Amino acid sequence: MTTTTLAVLVPLLPFLGAAAGLLLGRTAPGFVRPLAVLPTLTSLVLAALVAVRQGGDAAVDAATELTPTGSIPIELALYIDGFAALVAVLVGLVATCVQVYSTGYLREDPRYPSYAALVALFTSAMFLVVYSGDLIVLLVGWEVMGICSYFLVGHYWETPEARAASIKAFLVTKLGDVPFLIGLFALATDAGSFRITKVLGAVAHGGLDHPTLIALLLLAGVAGKSAQFPLHTWLPDAMAGPTPVSALIHAATMVAAGVYFIARLLPVFEASQAAMVVLAVMAAVTMAGSGLAALAQDDIKRVLAYSTIGQLGYMTGALAVGDRGAAVFHLLSHGAFKALLFLAAGVIIHAAGTNSLAAMSRMTGLRDRVPDAFWTMTVALLALAAIPPFSGFFSKESVLGAAEHVTTGHTEHAPAAAGWIVLVAGLVTALLTAAYAARLWLLAFHGRGTEAPDHGRQPLTMTVVLWVLAAPSLALGGFAYRSLPDWFDGRDLAPALATSVLGTGIALIGVLVVHAAWRHTTAQAARVPLGAVAAHPEGDAGLVEAEAIATHAPAYGDVASAPDPADPGRLLLGPLHRHAAVGFHLDAVYRALFVRPVQGGASLVRFLDREVVDTYVRGAGTLPRWLGTAVRRAQTGNVQTYVSALLAGTVVLAVVALLVATGA
Amino acid sequence: MTLAQAPHGFLSPTGVEIAFLLVGLVTFGAALVTVTTRQLVHAALWLVVTLGGLAVEYLLLTAEFIAWVQVLIYVGSVVVLLLFGLMLTRAPIGRSPDADSGNRWAALTVAVAAAAALVWVVVDAFRTTWIDLDGPAAGSTKVTGASLFQNWVLPFEALSVLLLAALVGAIVLSRKAKAETSSPPVNSQATTESSPSVPDARKIPAEQEGAR
Amino acid sequence: MHLAYPAVLSALLFCTGLYGVLARRNAILVLMSVELMLNAVNLNLVAFDVWLSRTAEETLHSGQALTLFTIAIAAAEIGIGLAIVLAVHRNRGTADIDKLRDTAEGHESRPVDGLDSGTSTAEPTGRTEKAEATA
Repeated sequence: MTTTTLAVLVPLLPFLGAAAGLLLGRTAPGFVRPLAVLPTLTSLVLAALVAVRQGGDAAVDAATELTPTGSIPIELALYIDGFAALVAVLVGLVATCVQVYSTGYLREDPRYPSYAALVALFTSAMFLVVYSGDLIVLLVGWEVMGICSYFLVGHYWETPEARAASIKAFLVTKLGDVPFLIGLFALATDAGSFRITKVLGAVAHGGLDHPTLIALLLLAGVAGKSAQFPLHTWLPDAMAGPTPVSALIHAATMVAAGVYFIARLLPVFEASQAAMVVLAVMAAVTMAGSGLAALAQDDIKRVLAYSTIGQLGYMTGALAVGDRGAAVFHLLSHGAFKALLFLAAGVIIHAAGTNSLAAMSRMTGLRDRVPDAFWTMTVALLALAAIPPFSGFFSKESVLGAAEHVTTGHTEHAPAAAGWIVLVAGLVTALLTAAYAARLWLLAFHGRGTEAPDHGRQPLTMTVVLWVLAAPSLALGGFAYRSLPDWFDGRDLAPALATSVLGTGIALIGVLVVHAAWRHTTAQAARVPLGAVAAHPEGDAGLVEAEAIATHAPAYGDVASAPDPADPGRLLLGPLHRHAAVGFHLDAVYRALFVRPVQGGASLVRFLDREVVDTYVRGAGTLPRWLGTAVRRAQTGNVQTYVSALLAGTVVLAVVALLVATGA
Repeated sequence: MTLAQAPHGFLSPTGVEIAFLLVGLVTFGAALVTVTTRQLVHAALWLVVTLGGLAVEYLLLTAEFIAWVQVLIYVGSVVVLLLFGLMLTRAPIGRSPDADSGNRWAALTVAVAAAAALVWVVVDAFRTTWIDLDGPAAGSTKVTGASLFQNWVLPFEALSVLLLAALVGAIVLSRKAKAETSSPPVNSQATTESSPSVPDARKIPAEQEGAR
Repeated sequence: MHLAYPAVLSALLFCTGLYGVLARRNAILVLMSVELMLNAVNLNLVAFDVWLSRTAEETLHSGQALTLFTIAIAAAEIGIGLAIVLAVHRNRGTADIDKLRDTAEGHESRPVDGLDSGTSTAEPTGRTEKAEATA
């Protein structure tokens, strides 16, 4: 088979698996698990094969036009360069791990067939986005991911949190998608084609008339999809979905789609200096803000969600300084270790029966209950905190190195201001990242208090994939940073000495500060008893998690934070904690700016409709109804009455005729 | 006398006119009693008086053949038929308080209005018109027969067809009702055979009752 | 004789019949009233025929011929009418015109005034009578 055929099969197989799973889910439950896992696994193998064949050489470019579509043709196009090949392998790996993990995680869930089919459909859409060489086909995958995300976040739709979160995720991402769509049209109009190769060719020859406008419009869609400030608010709430969904969608793939999209069309963004600065500011605000917010969260998954936002900020920061190699490198390593973090968090939530860090910090021996999750999560957290030699270190250093490279002003494609912004924000975020990673690790695994509940060993499917993902988290960066430039633009990704020392030192400072604070506060933990565990700890992990999410707000007063004085984050953040816990009131701002006016407008319209329009309608209906009642009263069915009326009319008519005839 | 003669006044009536007026008053009064009496059988009997009075009026108008036909057909057959109908529908003997429907006042209004309009128009139009009743009778049997069988023979024959149709129609109506009432033969064949005679059996006592 | 006498008498009789048709409850009394109206017309026809036969030279005696026809038609009408009334009485158990309200709006579901409530009690009894007669 040619590489093109293989590449076509990669998105097609999960799609067929999803269709078959939806069709057979009820009638043949035995086929559901193989149908969920096998196509995705095959796609992983095929994607790896495509990557090997492509090998970082010239991009595979193939296109076929199904039907003429007017002035600007839309083609089914493949465009596989080194970025696409490697990102597809990552997507396949994470998706396969998530599918395997889900078979254990949602073992007893009655809605597992539709869930697995949606995950497969989502995987297929992500492959489509990665491989597509045509912007409209890419948009198809982009939107399919959006709707799958909506369904999967709302998987526990019995809980109000999940319902609200799914609607919020959908609305916020769509809010970004509208300008994104307009931006795509504007781009295609300027470039004369939706083909990525032709668009890039047009950009190279200076063919864009409105580069800033287009770049900013596209940036809105990317901000929505990749959860960048100010459209990031949906991602922490989306943790109301099942953990595998969080791992797949909200860590490794969907949120990466925005970053990947910019990486593909980076020349378009580079054509506008303003867009690059906006991108850098967006990345900086996202990074620093999410780091602070993550330090204040109580829900373990929300900590990871904010950390995802921050790491995505690193990637957009790398793009803002014009180094897409660094961005995709960080995307790959982050995809691996963040998926691992989420899947391990799912195991921990299942074992602990709660998603609250405050409750976990009052349990002894949680790490002995879930040794696999403990060790793999330690690896992943070290990678997240960018401690050498874990993979996160190399990718993050490549980002910082690229930023530092730009600050010197040697480059023409990115302004030096963007470099400074990204570098400073990146270093601050490195401190915060290390801090919240350490806080998470200490609170989750070094709690003191009652013995952690014992529910027996976790399912094998859930623990094996942790080790599978631990390997790239551990070693991908170190092994790949030399060979990856061949696949990418050829720019060096090796860590520079200055930023490495600076970054690692800052990270170590963060870890040590949190450790000191934790030592200081942990004595108070025993004095303030806190914690609620799920009502059905013997159920499968999905059930436990749904109950944990549903009980968090009633038990701790808020879905995001807990009134825990023993929290080192509370000590470190001081007065800032209150604001960081609620995401710096951005939701309240949105509520005041958008939700309230819309609700006010809706109630006004309702008032106008009910009281004003309906009054006229009712008034218009009343008179005919009265007339109808009167006329109906005449229909007595008594023939004599009818004849009386008839003859009375006849007499009157005769008299009138007489009077007229006689001239009276 | 001819039309050229001096007009006849209403205040100096002739003998025929006086007779006509008296009989007319009786007729009109009987008609009023017919439509107002609460005893249904009495209504039929007062109808006889009305129709008989009309026959006398025909005689006074020299239409003697019509008068005898009136007596024969109306008083002789129609009223008897109506009496049979009253009996067959089990009309109550004696005063029935609900002989008039709730429509009475509307009916009175319409009737009085119509009467006022008609009388006004008729009097206004014909107050000077005079009928000369002298000379040969205008409606003797000979004259009427000659007219009927010379000028009106085709309508006369058509009328016989109409009568036949009415005869058949009346039979069909009665028989159809009979077939419907006796249609469900549920239990036995004997009942089915005897069922056509049942309504007749019902009729006979009613007729006897009417004859009494 | 003044033509006004028979004409006025005819008009009065006609209106008397009219009142009877509109006011009487029993269908047979209504038929009687119809007869009254027909006779009023007959009187008119005869009177005008007599008047015209004196004034005109040639006459067809159409008034008297029409009177005869009317009488014949009235006889047919009374026969058919009585057959219908009897059939109705047999089916409904009543010959009262104001109880035959099948054409009324909301006839089945609306027993409102006294007349209708009387109907609802009268009809079942009529049906049971019919059933007894059939059996």
